[in-house]
Amino acid sequence: MSSDKQSQPERHRDLLWFLLIWVVASAVLTPLYIIFVPLPANGNSNDATGQHLDNGVLDAVAIPAVLLVVCFLAYAMVRFRQTGPEIEEGPRVYGHRGLQNVWIVVTSVLVTGLFAFGTWRILAPGAAGSGQGANPLSPASTKGGVSPLPVQVIGQQWQFTYRYPTYGGLETPRLVLPYGRVIEFHVTSLDVIHSFWAYELGVKADANPGVDNVAYVTPTRPGGFDVRCAELCGIWHGYMFARGRVVTRPAFERWIAQQKRFFEPVTHYLPPYSDSYLPPPLRRGG
Amino acid sequence: MNATEPSLLRRLVGFNLATGIVLAVVGYILGRWLGDQIHGASLDYMSESGEDDVSLALGYFVGLIGFLVGLGFANYPASRLIGRPPSLPRPDAQGIGRYFRLTPDHKVVGMQYFTGIGVFFFVAGLTAMLIRTELLQPGQNIWPPDKYLTLVGTHGTLMMGMMTSSVLGTFGNFIAPLMIGARRSAFPRLESLSFWLLMAAGVILLTNLAFGGFQTGWTGYAPLSEEGVSGIDGYLFFFATVGLSMTLLGFNLVVTIVTMRAPELRWGRLPIFVWGIFTTSATMVLAAPVLTVAMLLVLLDRTAQTTFFYPAAGGSAYLFQNLFWFFGHPEVYLLMLPGAGILLQLLPVFSRKPLWGYRLAVAGMLGISLVSFMVWQHHLFVSGLAADLRPFYILSTELISIPTGFIFICALATIWRGRLRLEVPMLFCLAWIFNFMVGGITGIYNSDAPSDTTAHGSFFVMAHFHYTIMGGLVFTFFAAIYYWLPKMTGLTLNKTLGKVHFWLMFIAFNSTFFPLLIVGFLGMPRRIVTYPERWEFLNAWSSVSSFVLGFSMLVFLANLVYSMFIARIPAPANPWHSTSAEWQTSSPPPLHNFDNDPTIGDPHDYGRAPEPHTPGLQTAAEGG
Repeated sequence: MSSDKQSQPERHRDLLWFLLIWVVASAVLTPLYIIFVPLPANGNSNDATGQHLDNGVLDAVAIPAVLLVVCFLAYAMVRFRQTGPEIEEGPRVYGHRGLQNVWIVVTSVLVTGLFAFGTWRILAPGAAGSGQGANPLSPASTKGGVSPLPVQVIGQQWQFTYRYPTYGGLETPRLVLPYGRVIEFHVTSLDVIHSFWAYELGVKADANPGVDNVAYVTPTRPGGFDVRCAELCGIWHGYMFARGRVVTRPAFERWIAQQKRFFEPVTHYLPPYSDSYLPPPLRRGG
Repeated sequence: MNATEPSLLRRLVGFNLATGIVLAVVGYILGRWLGDQIHGASLDYMSESGEDDVSLALGYFVGLIGFLVGLGFANYPASRLIGRPPSLPRPDAQGIGRYFRLTPDHKVVGMQYFTGIGVFFFVAGLTAMLIRTELLQPGQNIWPPDKYLTLVGTHGTLMMGMMTSSVLGTFGNFIAPLMIGARRSAFPRLESLSFWLLMAAGVILLTNLAFGGFQTGWTGYAPLSEEGVSGIDGYLFFFATVGLSMTLLGFNLVVTIVTMRAPELRWGRLPIFVWGIFTTSATMVLAAPVLTVAMLLVLLDRTAQTTFFYPAAGGSAYLFQNLFWFFGHPEVYLLMLPGAGILLQLLPVFSRKPLWGYRLAVAGMLGISLVSFMVWQHHLFVSGLAADLRPFYILSTELISIPTGFIFICALATIWRGRLRLEVPMLFCLAWIFNFMVGGITGIYNSDAPSDTTAHGSFFVMAHFHYTIMGGLVFTFFAAIYYWLPKMTGLTLNKTLGKVHFWLMFIAFNSTFFPLLIVGFLGMPRRIVTYPERWEFLNAWSSVSSFVLGFSMLVFLANLVYSMFIARIPAPANPWHSTSAEWQTSSPPPLHNFDNDPTIGDPHDYGRAPEPHTPGLQTAAEGG
């Protein structure tokens, strides 16, 4: 202590100033960041809304954490910088038990909290729209006894097609969904790994050959949504996108009837509806 | 013609790079011919497609063997086999020639790694520029999709394969033995082999352009990689060879650090950089063989018609993903740990304070390398594989932020109340703290399965790992270059150009990748050649920034050329006033490293004379 130029109160003043700057910066910048920096789309489905909340919570933890480092570095670079030609030595401090323990406890609590939150969200009915494999641990809740509408998503190079098993195994290249009803996607692939990503609905599920990957969503308002392939699947991967539509139930029934009429001549050539389809190995697909 | 008295002829045409290249070409032709004989007998479909993977794979394999024989790697085992005294390479060979052959000198291997990886780093950086040029505007601009994906794959594969060895190969090989007071490394021939394997692998990867490129990205998921054109064989052979190279590199360093420390250098006093190298190497030895195996299995599927990854024939596409990420996730910590080692080694030097919480930092590194083996399925959250295990992988992934937090608190507390000298290496270290903070925090969005539903496979994830790898590894790699190159070459790097390089790189880096985090949240998937107009502003911003980032690398190159070849200002004996052992010898160090036995003290011993004991403050004995 005797050789240290900073006295005890001075040392505490540094710490207090830094903490003050950090608290003020966090209080001001965190809401601004959450408001102005876009998060994934919100409001089109239960999954999208849920993920918006998840991302918001993470933002609220992440921004102050980043600001802690930014404020610290800025403060230290200004306050503790030495520029003279003579090397000036700093205080010989090897550690501090108290600070070390506080840090370990705080990070552990934060991590445990985030784990608990994430687990609660992923185990909630519907599992936040992510693909759950053939035997879903968390099926969507079906209030009011309305059964989910199964829709099979078939990835192939380089398009998704859709089968509606409850409507005679109809297969169509267009995706139209009714809103307010639980949709049960069964995602599979005919060739390589694709990933079915309905962005505005907050659904993503890999399409694996020979695998039935189930994902749930309940669209909550009519409108369009983007369908993209989110796993590199060959040269035309970048063009594997389409628009889907969420419509009212009567409109959906009308659309299904029209599609059935349109595809009637070919539908009976299709293989019977199945969880997955395994064509023989394709040796050179591109 | 024995090894002790080489003739002039032997010096010119002996076992060196030129012979290696000649034998590589001969071996390649031989392998292609062999493959053609096999192909004629059984594989009809190949003659229809005009692509012969058997022949190409054998060409690569025999060519690689020829290359290594030409470099002299067969001499020692061959001499042993026929019962003659082994012809060891002469360790006292000086001059430029020693950089082009098998060498037992760890310092030469370090410089070889620095130069060789540097060349491939610039090639891979150039491909990044070409990718960003394509994405400057929506629509398909300068590349057709297959060429674009080849660029994306080449960039990712080269960076991942090469840069993993950047710090370990250059500074692990060169500096770590000096720091522990060793006079050589444990397995000099394996050390040299790891370097030449890596260079051969890099060339093999680039040959994919002659065979239709590869459109699988650096992850090369089966079954896509089994259907693709012959260029994929180059990718597979690259990673298989790199996996072998990484295993040997790590193995040599682990054994060197365990067995060859100076007598007084206990584990509790090991410099933190050596701890970083040690934990990285140990992790590498365990992880990299899995990569080699995964790649060879795909190669077998493509050539010998096995069906490891064909679902229709009883294989599984998940198997490849599991094998790949079982390597792939420890891999990203292999990129981060050496950076943390450099950071914690350099911060005390430029803060003029001892390393704060030495034991905590070591615990952090050990914790990261242990937990890194338990997190790999967070890459498969939406894949449908073992969805019930998602809570476990959320937990293990987020647990890893606790040991990472150890490194952060040690770094921050070392700076606090120090006497900071903002030299160029220090600036790069401070940048690490910021960049890796952003990289780590964005990792939370990916580790949290619900939010990963959107983040997975999008530009968000891409920007996230560029923050961790470029922000976390490349920045500290440059810090180490500015810090240790004067030791390695005896020449000073220009400070002004260094600062210009730093500020350009730091600003352009953040300006390139931050918009890409947002564009990922807006719904842009990775590896697409074209995108809707509504994402144009952010992409254009990122592209222009990336050109500045590329330019900052040219500033570094200019600095390197100017300082090493034009100005040639000799470096002071200890330019940074460091206390660690590598600065106790001359720059560059003599052949056997130390003229006198070095005194190994506390490697992080900075600051004023010890203070009287204060309650709550650890003493040197407790803290380190």
